[in-house]
This record gives sequence, C-alpha cells and structure tokens, in this order.
Amino acid sequence: MRLGSGAFATICVAIEVLGVAIFLRGFFPASVKSSSRTGLQAEPPAPEPLAGASSNWTKLPLPLFSKAVIVLIDALRDDFVFGSKGARYMPFTTYLVGKGPSHSFVAEAKPPTVTMPRIKALMTGSLPGFVDVIRNLNSPALLEDNVIRQAKAAGKRMIFYGDETWVKLFPKHFVEYDGTTSFFVSDYTEVDNNVTRHLERVLKRGDWDILILHYLGLDHIGHVSGPESPLIGRKLREMDGILMKIYTALLTKERETLSPSLLVLCGDHGMSETGSHGAASAEEVRTPLVLVSSAFERKPDDIRHPTQVQQTDLAATLAIGLGFPIPKDSIGSLLFPVVERRPMREQLRFLHLNAIQLSRLLQENVPSYEKDPGFEQFVMAEKLHGNWVKLHLEEDRSGALLNLGTKVARQYLGALRTLSLALSTHVAQYDTYSMAVGTIIVLETLILLLLSIPQVLRRRAELEVPLSSPVFSLLFYLMFLVLSAIHVVVCTSAESSCYLCSLPWLAAGGVMVLVSALLCVIASAFARMVMDSTFLRKVQQSAAHPCSGWSEVGLLLLLGTVGHVLSLGASSFVEEEHQTWYFLVNTLCLALSQETCRSYFLGDDSKLQCYFHTEPGTVGATCMRQDCTACEAPKAGQASKGLPSGARGGHTRWAVLAGPWLVLACCRLLRSLNHTGVQGAHRPDLSHWLTSPSHRMELSCLAALSLLAVFLLAQRGCSPVVKVALALGLLGVFCYRAATGNLLFPWQPANRGISKGILEARFVYVFVLGILFMGTKDLLRSQVIAADFKVKTVGLWELYSGLVLLAALLLRPHNLPVLTFSLLIQTIMTKFIWKPLRHDVAEITVMHYWFGQAFFYFQGNSNNIATIDISSGFVGLDTYMEIPATFLTVFGTYVGPVLWAGHLAHFLSAEASGDSAMGRACFCYALICSVPVATYIILVTSLRYHLFIWSVFSPKLLYEGMHLLITAALCVLFTATNQTGHTSAWTKTDARN
Amino acid sequence: MKDTDIKTLLYAHFLCIFSVILSVLIPSFFMEDFSILDTHLTWLCFCSLFVTSINLVLYLVPKPNASSKRSSLSHKVTRFLKCCVYFFVSCFFFHVIFVLYGAPLIELVLETFLFAVILSTFTTVPCLCLLGPNLKAWLRVFSKNGVTSIWENSLQITTISSFVGAWLGAFPIPLDWERPWQVWPISCTLGATFGYVAGLVISPLWIYWNRKQLTYKNN
Ligand SMILES: [Zn+2]
Ligand SMILES: [Zn+2]
Repeated sequence: MRLGSGAFATICVAIEVLGVAIFLRGFFPASVKSSSRTGLQAEPPAPEPLAGASSNWTKLPLPLFSKAVIVLIDALRDDFVFGSKGARYMPFTTYLVGKGPSHSFVAEAKPPTVTMPRIKALMTGSLPGFVDVIRNLNSPALLEDNVIRQAKAAGKRMIFYGDETWVKLFPKHFVEYDGTTSFFVSDYTEVDNNVTRHLERVLKRGDWDILILHYLGLDHIGHVSGPESPLIGRKLREMDGILMKIYTALLTKERETLSPSLLVLCGDHGMSETGSHGAASAEEVRTPLVLVSSAFERKPDDIRHPTQVQQTDLAATLAIGLGFPIPKDSIGSLLFPVVERRPMREQLRFLHLNAIQLSRLLQENVPSYEKDPGFEQFVMAEKLHGNWVKLHLEEDRSGALLNLGTKVARQYLGALRTLSLALSTHVAQYDTYSMAVGTIIVLETLILLLLSIPQVLRRRAELEVPLSSPVFSLLFYLMFLVLSAIHVVVCTSAESSCYLCSLPWLAAGGVMVLVSALLCVIASAFARMVMDSTFLRKVQQSAAHPCSGWSEVGLLLLLGTVGHVLSLGASSFVEEEHQTWYFLVNTLCLALSQETCRSYFLGDDSKLQCYFHTEPGTVGATCMRQDCTACEAPKAGQASKGLPSGARGGHTRWAVLAGPWLVLACCRLLRSLNHTGVQGAHRPDLSHWLTSPSHRMELSCLAALSLLAVFLLAQRGCSPVVKVALALGLLGVFCYRAATGNLLFPWQPANRGISKGILEARFVYVFVLGILFMGTKDLLRSQVIAADFKVKTVGLWELYSGLVLLAALLLRPHNLPVLTFSLLIQTIMTKFIWKPLRHDVAEITVMHYWFGQAFFYFQGNSNNIATIDISSGFVGLDTYMEIPATFLTVFGTYVGPVLWAGHLAHFLSAEASGDSAMGRACFCYALICSVPVATYIILVTSLRYHLFIWSVFSPKLLYEGMHLLITAALCVLFTATNQTGHTSAWTKTDARN
Repeated sequence: MKDTDIKTLLYAHFLCIFSVILSVLIPSFFMEDFSILDTHLTWLCFCSLFVTSINLVLYLVPKPNASSKRSSLSHKVTRFLKCCVYFFVSCFFFHVIFVLYGAPLIELVLETFLFAVILSTFTTVPCLCLLGPNLKAWLRVFSKNGVTSIWENSLQITTISSFVGAWLGAFPIPLDWERPWQVWPISCTLGATFGYVAGLVISPLWIYWNRKQLTYKNN
C-alpha cells in the first residue's frame, strides 16, 4: 500500500491518540473502594466489644443532632474566616469561632482542588481520583456510598439550594431543590440571591432534617478579580449575615424541640493568589470548617484554636452526629471534639464504629493489612475497649474507670489517625494492563515514524507501507493469537478491575488486531530498511556527497528537542516548562543571528549570496541544504518572488541582520507579560498591572492598538471581501470586551451596565465563519482549477486569518499583544530569515513547533490545570452547551500552537514547491509532537509513586494528551489541504522528473 | 606546526587555569569570610582581574602571533583604548543578551553586569589579546575553516566552551533544590568558569590528537 507521507503521519498520530487514551484510562486509578458493594442493603452495625461475652448494644447509637444545616461557600479560604479578613468582614462568625458554642478546624482539601471532587470528598469521605477533573463538567450520579444516600435511606428529608452539581450527583435525593448553574463566572450576585431567596421560608417551615446551601458567588469573584478584590469583603459580609440568620432561626427551633441542631460552615477548596484553584498550594488547600451547635457550649475561658484536620473527616462526623452508618469508602476519622461531651461509653462506641469501618476498608485494599501499625493499634484498642465495657457493666462509675476510658479513647484516636493516613497514602491500584497496552501502541507508532524517517528524508512523496506479505500475515496471526491468550489470562486472573477487560470482546479484539498489525508493519519496515541501507551504501560509495552534515541550527534544533524531552523527567522542569521553551527559542534566535551575520559578512555560505545576487526562484524549502547547486540553478516555471535586483542589498540586508534581534526583543516583552509556573506566578507582571481596575484606560488603549496591528498584519494576504470582514470582526471583538466591562470606549468613561456581550460575540462569530468559508471556497477552487497556484495560498491565509480573528475574540484583553507579537514574529521570520536563509522543511517545521510551544506559555498557560481560562468557553453562549464550550476552551488554550501550525501550512504552500514539502512538514510535525508524549508516558509510568505525581505529573499528562489530540487534528487538516493541491503538484513533479 | 608550539600553548593555558585558582585562594588570605558563594561579586571581580592580567602578560611576553610590527607609541595607545572600548561594548552586549534571556531588567543589575564582565573576560579579552580590535579577524576565526594557527584554534575552543558553560549553567536555576548556588547569576558564572577551564584543558589535547589532520593556511 502506498501512502503520502502526510497521510501516513496522520494515521500514525491518530493511532497514537488511541493509545494515549487507553493509557490515560488505566493511569487515572479508581479511588480506594470498599468491595462489599451490596447496594442499599444496610449491613448491621458492628456490636460493641465486650470481653468474654457479647454486648447487647448492637444498634446504632441515637443521633446527636436533630437537624443539620450545611453551608458550603465555594472557594472559602481559611483566612477568610480565621484571618484578618474574617475579623473585618465576618464579625458574627468570628464571634462564633472565638467565643460561641462551636468547634472550628482547618480542613485540608486534597488536589485536585476543583468543586466536584471536593463535594464528593465531603460527602463520601473518600478521595476521588484525578480524572474527576475532566468529568467535572458533566457529573454523573455519585455511585459510592455517601452521607446523602444514608440520610435518604434513614428517611430524612433533605433540601438543597445552590450549585446544580449537587443535583446531578444526588438525583432524586432531595425533597426540594433549586440548582444554580455555575457557568457564568462573571455573575456573582444573582447566583447567590437564587439561594438566599428560599432561606426565609425554609427556616420558618421546619419540615426538613438536613438543609444544604452551596454559595458560588465567592468563587466567581475569585476567578474574575482575585482574592484581594474589594468585592470579596462585600461577599463575606453577606455570607456572615446569612449565617447569623440561620443560627438564630435554629436557636428558636431548638427552644421548641429541646434537641440540639448542627450548623456546618465549610469551603470546598481555597483560592490561590490569582483567584484560581485546582492545584495544591497552601492557599488552595486550606479551607475552614466550623461546627456550631448548642451542644458545644463552653465556658468563657475555654479557648479553642482551629486544629488541622482532613476534609474527608466531615463525612464520618456527619454520619455519626446524625445517626447513620459511616459511608463505606470513607477514609476520614471522627472529629472527636464533637462527641467529647457524651458519656464515656457512647464516646467509645462511636470511636469503635469508625475504627471498625476504617480497618475493614484497609483489609479490603491492602493485602498485608495485619502488619499495618494502625491495624495493630486498632486491635489493641478494641481489646482494651472490651475490658473497659466489662468493668463498666460490673461495677458502677468511678474515677478510675473514667481515666481508663480516656486512655482507651486516646488509643482509638491514635489508631484512627494512623489508619486514615495509611488509607489516604495507599495509592489505589493502577490499571497496569491498560497502561501497558496503551504504552505499547504509542511506542509502536513512534518506532514506525522513526523507521520511516530515512524514506521521508529521501524526499519521496509517498511511502511504502507493507501490509500483505505472506510471512508477515503469518506473524500477524501468531501475534494475534498470543495477545488474545494473554488477554484472556489477564482478565480471568486479575482481581482488580481492568478497563480493557470491561470492554466488549469485539473492541478488545480490535485493540489486539491493531497491536499485532502495527508490530508486523514495524517488522517489515525494519527488514526493508536493512536491505535498503546495504543498497544505499553502494550508491553512496559511487557518488559521495560533497557537503553533508548538520548545520548549527539543525544541530541545535535536534539537541534542544531531545533536551526538552529529557527535562520532562524532573518535576521542577515540568512546573517551569515555560522557562525551557523561552530558553530554547532565545538560543534559536541567537543561532539564527549568528547564521545571518556569517552569511552577511563573510559569505562563506552561498545562501544569502544566491538569494541576493542570482535570480532565485522560491525553491527554498524543498531544496535540501546540501545541494547548493540547486539554488544557483533555479527551476523555471515557479513564481519568482525575489526583490528587484537593483534596490535590494542595503537596508534589506540590515533588516536580515536585525531580524533575530527583533524577535528576541519581542519574546522578552512577552515573557514579562504573564509570569507562569510555580516560582514566578506570584511575582507581579504586566498582566496584573493591566487587569487592575485602575488601569482600565491603559488596557483599552493597548487592546485597541493590538487589534489594529493584528488587522494590519493579517490583512496582507487576503482578498478584499475578507479584509472588510476581518476589520469588522476585530471591531466586534473590541465591542464585545467593552460590553463585558473589560475595556472602555473612549467616549463612554462612565460605568455602563455590564452585559454578557452575547450579541457582540455572535457578531464576531458570524465573521469568523464567513472568513473560514471564504478560505475553504478558495481552497476548493484551487483544486478545481489545477493551474492556479496562488489561489491555494490565499485560501490558506484566509483560513489562518479566520483563526486569528477567533483567537482575538477568545483571548482575554491583556493577552491580545500575544496575538499581535505572534503575527509580527511570523512576518519577521518569514521575510528576513526563512526566505533568505533557505532552511530545510524539517528545520522550518521544528522552528514553528518551538515558537508554538513558547506562545502557549506566553499567553499565561502552564502545566497546571488552574491556569486554563474557562471563561473563554462561554464567549457568546447563552446557556452552557458542552460541545461548543469545550471546543472554545481548548482553542483558547492552544491558540499558540494552532496558529503557528496554521502559519506553517501557509508558508510552505507559498514558498515550497509541490505537495511533498507539505507532506514532509506534516510528518515532521507529527514526529516532533509524538516523541515527547511517548517519552512522557514511560516517564510517568516509572514515576507513578513519586510524591508529586498528582500535583505535577498528572496534569502535565493531561496536557500532553490534549496536545497530541490537537496535533492529530492539525495533521488531518494539513493532509486535507494537501490533497486539494495534490493533483496540480503531482503533474508538476511529473513534468520535472 | 611543531610539538613545541603545542607545549607552549599548554603552558600558557596552565597559567590561565592557575590564575583562576589564584583568584579563589589569594583573596581568602587577606579577607575575612571570603567564599565564592557568599561574596560572589568580589570573587567575580578578582577572577576577572586575574585572568585579564595573565592574558595581558601572555600577550606581552611571547608574542605568539609575531605580527606586531614596530609602531609608534600613539598607535599603541589608540590600539589599547580601542581594546578597552571593545571590552566595554562586549560587556554591555552580553548584558543585553542576558536581559533578553530573561534576567531581571531592574533588580540585580550589578550581578548581571558582573556576569557579563566575567564572560567578556573569558571570551573577549583573549580575542583582543590575540587578534586585536579587528572584527573581520574575529569573524574569520569563528567561522568554519577560518583558523590559521593553533592559537586561534585554541581560542575558538575556549571561547565556545565558555559560552556553552554559561548556557548550561542556566539549567539548574528552575530546579527546586534550594541550593545557594542556584541563585542568579551564580550558577551561570560558575558554568562559564568551568567551561573556560575545560576549554583550556581540552584545546591543547584536542590539537595534539588532531595534529596530523590540522593544516593551517599560513603554516
Ligand atoms: Zn469550588
Ligand atoms: Zn472555581
């Protein structure tokens, strides 16, 4: 089978995406789970231990509280309550914490600090896996055992108001609910009023047992304007008032019923210094947890400081306080202060229930649980407890017995702590089988790509993909049989659940077929390469190349890529990956400047000379650097775009010399625009300065200038209609930002009403679609009229400028200079470096890739989930629509790589001859993107017990997977545009040969 | 090209290495609490001073290039002044490059500039001593097949290795080891120094091993 190198690369990347998907499915493990999954059937609670006999207290103890109100304030950081902000803005809560009947804790949330996994952690007491971040947007119902389900089983009536994630997680659990959507980040009043408006009525009614309120406003303020915003104080004061209202209402109710009720104030996660969340910094992880109840009355001199606990402890505490069984998967331990006023026998009973549940979980998840210190402590405590109960039943209460009981309780608490720690550190089993299969697929495609490098380098437009040789078909069937046997053995023997085994057998068989087919292709490609190389050696002996070898830039590109891939093994280099790219891009510019200098001053490379002094065609990209003769003898019949012979030299030469330095200066400016990474994120940068409300005028000017520059740079290659559309679209972008309140119109200085700007954004979308349509039309026309070569270039540029317009809409206003500089650098590089110096296609592709990566970080991204700008997914959307929102967010995040790849396509079609250049570029792009992914998968597998695996390496893995998916999409587009020009170029190459 | 030439080269290079070592040892005799890391800037000054003076001595004494014709005093003075200007221009140039590479623009200016000075000392000063203020000659030496003597060849190697050392020295900065030498610009200056010393050691050896293949146009 013969394939174009572009199509071949596209297929390889597509298969690689599949492999990465299987790997990811296996890598993100299920959390610690109880295997006794008997559904709603309640097991009888463990009886109280009694030495030498069995206790008659086998029922669950009675609930401590009759009613509970849980107030969850999204992104409530611990210092918002316990710190100076709390004292200033939340006086009532501060009073409750300091002197009132309350116990306060600092609850530590585990990363990912994103809302849905945190709600799960609070209600199930278990640690959900990292993959929940991806599922955050369409949360399916929670299947694990949790407090809400237990409450429903116990016949409690629950009411919920707030984030509708809860309604999705617990469908049909609430007798009354009102879900508010969290997708309009800029709305922070309405979203909370929708919760509070029900409060008055519900508090009066009293026909409920549990009331849950989830306030989103604070989180939204954080996302929009950060934790230092004045809006935070206002919001906290509002929350304080709500707490006071609830507390007084509960007190009046208590006077009627005479049984204490419980008020819980908690946050799901904190807020970083930039107002975002998702990672593991102290600001994001520490949340307050305040339990208020008249049962916790204290003397005036009783000072209780907030102690540090885990967020997962709440589930067990709630279950015990409300008289349910503890959720089976909970790894939390009871917050002891809640029960310390109860009689000793009851206290011990609670502790025993919790310890039994934890030790069962340990038994089910750790094979060698008997050696665990926590388990040993628990056995010890249980024995002591039995003795204590025996004594307690024999003789009546005495001081000695109380002392002994305290000792037993202490023993239990120690056991609980150790057990809970052991469970939370016990990393759930990775699905090794799926991981291995995914890795094998990825590695096989990578090897295939590597093996076909020589063929592509020999400038063949087409690759031979051997599929039907009898020997290899035999190998294929053998491999398939062996793999199927392995599959059956693994799936029947493994105890842990395995993703591939849960697939239907047809799909699993398909994966096996794929693996064995790839192996056969590799084997035959390898065999042929060995034969070819012996043949080649003979050829080379007869005709030795005069000037072979690597150029400095080529060597730098190779070494830089290898160095970057290797650096991914260190967590700091992953965190600070932007530094690597900036460093590499700078070095590339210096190397290019050295190259331009040398060819200018010395002329030892005939490249510049041949550009300026002979009449060259634009052979550039396909002419390999070795055969310089090709440059001197330009091929006829190609568009000659050289400058007119008299006027060039002079300032053009100086521009060539200054080009790399201009690019360097641009990169330096962009670097100080957004500081990302871990070490630099807190340092003040230009974007902070620009986004602060007092500098809105400057931001508006900058955005207007950037949009103007974008127009000037992007309109060059377009047809007149597209030019007008582009101008109007860019104007629409400014109007959109002005409508959402980010920018100011110079003639409208007063604060106007802030809207979502839906109309303006849709106006821009119309133009984006129009421009893309025009571009596609031109491309298709170039296919029909085979001779018209220019039309294809124009069409590609129009497609590219459509993407630029979309990027301008999605990027936040302070990031618009990134877009401008991206276009500027592309222009400089094209005019002064790539055209005169005639780099090889491979070199140009790698340079585009490097710049694309650098621009990914220039716009403020990092390898941390929290820096994704979710708001770009809601531009111009009225309600949350999953597919467009996801598409827009992904595009908004990967603007840099996508635009540079688009520019590469246009550049090659304008400068290079025929389709072989495009195919080779596509091949190089696929190769250079899949090398890091394949290496990173192996690195992550070997580092899977690393301390930072969840906070650093896993997010990066997700980013890499996404990047590969985008690469696959780009390759498909490359190949598609290539096919359109295929026929014309094909005839040309034929004619030349 | 004779073996004696290579031997002279080797001795000269030993002197340079010796000067680097001296810059670490001598200040600690008359300065309390002198160490490379804590009083880094002082060390940078000393190192630059020592290496420059050794280079000057080497230039004045054996005259390896043998091209200095008898010339007037005023000519010598202008030549010297020109060298000084070139040196400062190169310091400034390196400083600009460091800022472009991401060194802070306003803070730590002195540190950045001293790094530029030490890098100029390792690269520009030997060039000035050997080639004089002659940009054409510099470009010739630093292009392919442009060297005309073992001195120029070794100059090429030491200069490139100093640059590469400084370049590699930037790599540990993002790592979270919290070591004192990871502070800007210590790792880079140390990298440049190691690169320079390595170049000094390697270049005579390399020339010795490749003495058969090396043919210079002027020899
Ligand atoms: Zn949240
Ligand atoms: Zn949030």
